[in-house]
Amino acid sequence: MTITVNGEKTSHEVEDRTLLVHHLRDVVGLTATNIGCDTSTCGSCTVLVNGESVKSCTVLAAQVDGDEVETLEGLAGDGGEMDAVQNAFQQKHALQCGFCTPGMVMAATSLLRENPDPTEEQVRMALKGNLCRCTGYHNIVQAILSAAEGIR
Amino acid sequence: MIPARFVYRRAGTAEEALSLLAEHGDDAKVIAGGHSLLPLMKLRLSVPEFLVDIGRVPDLSYIRGEDDHIAIGALTRYHDLEHSDLLAEELPLLANASGKVGDPQVRHRGTIGGSIAHGDSASDVPAVVLALDGVLVVSGPSGVREIPSGEFFRGPFETALEPDELLTEIRLPRPASPAWSFQKLTSRAIDWAIVAVVVQGESVALVNMGSTPLRATAVERALADGAAIPDAAAQAAEGTSPFADRNAGPDYRRHLARVLTRRALEEAATRAG
Ligand SMILES: Cc1cc2nc3c(=O)[nH]c(=O)nc-3n(C[C@H](O)[C@H](O)[C@H](O)COP(=O)(O)OP(=O)(O)OC[C@H]3O[C@@H](n4cnc5c(N)ncnc54)[C@H](O)[C@@H]3O)c2cc1C
Ligand code: FES
Ligand code: FES
Repeated sequence: MTITVNGEKTSHEVEDRTLLVHHLRDVVGLTATNIGCDTSTCGSCTVLVNGESVKSCTVLAAQVDGDEVETLEGLAGDGGEMDAVQNAFQQKHALQCGFCTPGMVMAATSLLRENPDPTEEQVRMALKGNLCRCTGYHNIVQAILSAAEGIR
Repeated sequence: MIPARFVYRRAGTAEEALSLLAEHGDDAKVIAGGHSLLPLMKLRLSVPEFLVDIGRVPDLSYIRGEDDHIAIGALTRYHDLEHSDLLAEELPLLANASGKVGDPQVRHRGTIGGSIAHGDSASDVPAVVLALDGVLVVSGPSGVREIPSGEFFRGPFETALEPDELLTEIRLPRPASPAWSFQKLTSRAIDWAIVAVVVQGESVALVNMGSTPLRATAVERALADGAAIPDAAAQAAEGTSPFADRNAGPDYRRHLARVLTRRALEEAATRAG
C-alpha cells in the first residue's frame, strides 16, 4: 500500500489486519502517535487522514491506502521550529507527562483548520474524544484558544 | 496483531461489493467506517474471514432533497450530517443527533449506513430514522428492495438485512411539524446514551430501552388523545424492556425515559412555538 505521510510518499507491504497506528509506529517509524487505550476512547492515537482527525487504532492501514496522513512529526517546520499549536502547548504549560499531547495537538489542529475562531465551549467539545490523565484540560483549552488567536 | 486474520478487499463499485458478498457468503462482512466493526474484531467478538471495504464506493455519500423526502447515501458520515445546510434547514433533528454521536474523530469516520446496519439499540441515528418512519433502500443479488424502518430492526444487532445485501440509501420523509428534540444522557462525555429520546412532531422514539430502537407508542397515543405533556411522558417506559449494564439498571432507565421524554416534548413544543 502507498500512503503519503507528512507529505512524503511511503510504500509498504502490510498484512490485511494491520491497524493504522501500528503501521505508522512500527513500519513507517513515526512514534509520536501513541497507543493509550486501544479501545477508541482515549484519543492518544489521533492523526489526520485527508485533513480530518481520526483515531488510528480504529482504522485499518489498508483502509487509507492512497490517502494523505499527517502525524505530529509533520507539524514542525523544516528547521525543527514548532508550529502554532505546539508552541501554545509549551507556552501555556498544557502538558505534564506528554503522553496524550500528540493526540491533543492533532485534534486541536483538525479543529482550528475547520474553525479558526472557536469559542471555549467549541474547544471543549472538540476534545471530547481525548483523555488526559495529568493536566486537567484547563491549560490545554487555554493553549488551543491562544493558538487560534496566534493563527488568526 | 490485534484482530484475527482476514482477507481484505476494497470494492470499487456497489456491484463489485455485492458480487464479493455473494461469493464469500457468511464468512464475509462489509466494512464502511469500521467504527463499530473494528472494535468488535479487536475483541474477537466478530471474526469475519473476508472484509469487503465499501468506504470508497463512489456516489454513496450524499444528502439530497427529493419531492417528498430527503435521501441520504449510506456512506454519508456523521460529520457531514452534522454540518449539512440542507439538514439544518429541513431536518435539524438529524443534524443535531449526528453531532452528539461519540466525538469528532468518530464522526469523521462513522457512517449513517453503518450505524443502521449494525443494529445496536444504543445507537442514536436508528431511533431518529424510526421516529421519522424512514425507509431503508437495500441492494442484493435479486435487485433493490425498500424496507420500512418499523420492520427493519429485529433484535440485538439483528436487522432485516441479509448477509449478501448492501444498505445503499436512507429515505426520510420531510417532517410536517417544526417540533423536534433529541435528548441524550451519557455517563461520560463520549459515551453512548444510557437512554436517549427522539421527538419529531407527535412521534417519539427511544434509544437503549430494549433490544432495538423503539417507538414510545403509549406516549404517542396519549398525545393523539390530547393528553398534557407530563401525563403523556409518564407513559414513556410502557411496553419497554430495558436491560442492566454498568451504567444503569432497568428501573433507572425507565425513570430516565420518562424524564427525558418530558424534556423532549417540552423542548419540541417550544420550538413549534
Ligand atoms: C468511541 C466510539 C464512540 C461511539 N459513540 C457513539 C454514540 O454516541 N452513538 C452512536 O450512535 N454510535 C456511537 N459509536 C458508533 C459509531 O457511530 C459507528 O461509527 C457507527 O455506528 C457505525 O458506522 P460505521 O460506518 O463505522 O460502520 P462499520 O463499523 O463499518 O460497520 C458496522 C456494521 O454494519 C455493517 N455495514 C456497514 N455499512 C453497511 C452497508 N452500507 N450495508 C450493509 N451493511 C453495512 C458492517 O458489516 C458491520 O456489521 C461510537 C463508536 C466509537 C468507536
Ligand atoms: S489508542 Fe486509539 S483511542 Fe486510545
Ligand atoms: S499530559 Fe499526561 S496524559 Fe496528558
